[in-house]
Amino acid sequence: MSAWKPIADIAADVQNGNVSAISLVEQSLAAIDQHNEFNAIIATTEERARTRAADIDARVAAGKNAGRLAGVPFIAKDNFLVFGAETTAASNILKGFNAPYQSTAIERLEAEGAICVAKANLDAFAHGSSTENSDYFTTLNPHDKTRVPGGSSGGSAASVVLELAPFALGSDTGGSIRLPASFTGCVGYKPTYGLVSRSGVVAMGSSLDCVGPLAQTVTDTACILDVIAGRDELDSTTIERDKAGYELPSTSYDLRTTKIGVIKEYMGEGLDPGVRTQIDSAISKLKAAGAQIVEVSLPSLPLGLAVYYVLCPAEVSSNLSRYDGQRYGHFTQDATDITDSYTRTRQVGFGGEAKRRIMIGTYVLSSGYYDAYYKKAQTVRTKVIDEFAAAFKQVDFLLGPTAPMTAFRIGENASDPLQMYLTDIMTVAANLSGVPAISIPDGESDGLPVGLQLFADQKCDRKLLEFAQAVEGVIV
Amino acid sequence: MAKLTREDVLKLARLARISLTEEEVDTFAGELSAILGYVEQLSNVDVSGLKPTNQVTGLTNVMRKDEVRNYGYEPRDLLKNVPSTQDNQLKVKRMIG
Repeated sequence: MSAWKPIADIAADVQNGNVSAISLVEQSLAAIDQHNEFNAIIATTEERARTRAADIDARVAAGKNAGRLAGVPFIAKDNFLVFGAETTAASNILKGFNAPYQSTAIERLEAEGAICVAKANLDAFAHGSSTENSDYFTTLNPHDKTRVPGGSSGGSAASVVLELAPFALGSDTGGSIRLPASFTGCVGYKPTYGLVSRSGVVAMGSSLDCVGPLAQTVTDTACILDVIAGRDELDSTTIERDKAGYELPSTSYDLRTTKIGVIKEYMGEGLDPGVRTQIDSAISKLKAAGAQIVEVSLPSLPLGLAVYYVLCPAEVSSNLSRYDGQRYGHFTQDATDITDSYTRTRQVGFGGEAKRRIMIGTYVLSSGYYDAYYKKAQTVRTKVIDEFAAAFKQVDFLLGPTAPMTAFRIGENASDPLQMYLTDIMTVAANLSGVPAISIPDGESDGLPVGLQLFADQKCDRKLLEFAQAVEGVIV
Repeated sequence: MAKLTREDVLKLARLARISLTEEEVDTFAGELSAILGYVEQLSNVDVSGLKPTNQVTGLTNVMRKDEVRNYGYEPRDLLKNVPSTQDNQLKVKRMIG
């Protein structure tokens, strides 16, 4: 039995005066305190959260509408600019940074009455798959404290699973929402590229970065997407929202008319047998429910990770050039000249992974290597996009595991960056092609959660969520 | 296969404005070579007839009116995070000799 009701019910309880917003905030803060040992949270925004809760309770008492998410507490990954706490992206270089404005996603949630109570841990600058690259601490997996929660939105995912709040926000550049959702056993949603504004979110790889929710159910996930999705003039890459919105009706999607493609390249060698068993079992249940299942091949998918680890570092090296210590963040007091000030600020402010990515990016963008690496990767990206488009001519949805394994042990991949990168092998393709993808819990293998990943064509987010809700009902 | 020397790493670090310790130079030479070795599989991929992708949803130049808008921020609030200021401006080390 969850500590939290469905999000729409919580908001209705607050609006009807059955529950106060302040009691929900206190419940969330108490849970954060109680589960402190998991290191899911970097800082709370409790003072501001209590003030906002009092405002919402006053609105309700005055008979006014307090919003569709009235009084619903949530937790934001620490790369979202939020009032009431520092925004550090779990990095040394941004320690002490207080956002002068808020991210659009936070603004939209607040406009509907939701209350941010805390900032969640992540791999610094969202570079990683385990939270081990956080410049603060590693978040522990709620199912096994010796294992990672996945990353980079590991603190957000652990928060949802530990029931610190009904939902959390994350960002997904190569799987950073879906992978931790898979490793911890919650729902994680990466929308179509551009569906949710990135304004006010610390930039990583701008042609790949997506913002999305993590929650306990597909219905709650869709409820949050409905509030944050759509055009924003502060992010020119944003796209129009679906006219039907994203909130899901309780009536079930008809699986009997659905054609699902199982991605051949994700079911081959290298897939953990325990994960395979769970995915096969989900496929059998979907068949029994009347869905048509076929195998689909996207032959360039195995190249996706190589494409990603050219394009992402290239964009990282560009985006992280702004951290020079002159306008905000870590500052070198006794620098001899401006270059000394830059280089020493960045030496101390960036961890190993940020430095690795900046240098790889600098290499692939440098004169003489640009065509061979960067342009070539952009062109193979086109191949991946074309294969997704062709697949969605044959089937309604694609299906596969979210990750080839369950949560690994803390330290297991820490000394081998390339091995760590391989964790993302099944998630990066959705970022390269811009298609929406969701990870939903698909049982356990040896006591550790397994994630089932579902994909739809670009801008078919509503259809994907309807389908995922039906799949969730069948495989649980 | 790309094999980065210590000098290559130092050059990249200089371009990226990062100081490295001696130990970091050695570690990164090995790690960056391994990563570049992995991505080198792209060199064998046939991409004839394909164009590079910059933007996945097909958007091109997105324009807005060039007009001043008041978002209600006070300069002193926007400057709160700046480590060194003078007369409401950023103070930095000399940039041009």
